[in-house]
Amino acid sequence: MNQDHETTLARELLAGRPEAFDRFVEHFRSKIFQYSWMMCGHRDDAEEVAQDTLLKVFENFDQLREPERVRAWVFRIAKNACLMKRRRSIFAPAQELSLDEFLPTMEGDGEQVKLQIADWSNLPVDHLLRRELQEVVREAIAGLPEIYRAVILLRDMEGLSTEETAQVLEIREDAVKTRLHRARLAIRQKLDDYLRHAVAARG
Amino acid sequence: MPTEPHKHNEECREIFGLLSAYLDLELPPDACREIEQHMAGCPPCIEFAESLRKTVELCREFRPDAVPEPISAEARENLRSAYQRMLAARRK
Repeated sequence: MNQDHETTLARELLAGRPEAFDRFVEHFRSKIFQYSWMMCGHRDDAEEVAQDTLLKVFENFDQLREPERVRAWVFRIAKNACLMKRRRSIFAPAQELSLDEFLPTMEGDGEQVKLQIADWSNLPVDHLLRRELQEVVREAIAGLPEIYRAVILLRDMEGLSTEETAQVLEIREDAVKTRLHRARLAIRQKLDDYLRHAVAARG
Repeated sequence: MPTEPHKHNEECREIFGLLSAYLDLELPPDACREIEQHMAGCPPCIEFAESLRKTVELCREFRPDAVPEPISAEARENLRSAYQRMLAARRK
């Protein structure tokens, strides 16, 4: 379901048409579950976050001023529900990723400079290998520090804009951009390692 | 003397820092032009940008393959009452 369909559902619910209720629940429950599963790492927590979030969403539905931003609005509530569930201490320091650790080195000099990265020209298209690649992406996202993980899930997986992501996470747009870039570089690095070793070994 | 793998020059480094914004079309036109001019003469930067573009594509396609258990009748009813309470309060 794209964001236009979500907007239509939100408008119908605001207009008091209950036919939209079940579709809205099915759709967002699964979305919130997947986001919180990636954020909390526990199935039970993710189920509870989905229910707590939807409860808050329906209790406060009349406060949704812009139905076209319903996805960002729901995720802001989900983000807070996730924070409540977080099992780790809230005093644990946020881990920072630096740009330098993900920049590739070059070999050679002058005109003959070569980048030390995998061959990305032929990514697997075969269904099984593609799944394997998706699994590498999943592990890479799951291994990111939380502040980066939240940004990549909202920006790339959920397709929220930079501005919407900043609102959901209550951070500046510049911070969204920086974190997104570092998260992508970290994931790129994991994929690169995989392509160099796993795929190369297969020959 | 063996040649040490050398680090990127400053311009490549600067571009690496901007690549996500470039791919997301969030850079002002003059910054885009500068990147494109640099890349035209720097195959390693093109190669790296291409690998990042494919990474972004994979991240956008990514969906965890876990789905929630079907919602229980009780949980659904709780949500429906919350929705109806909200509508009723608004009518007052």
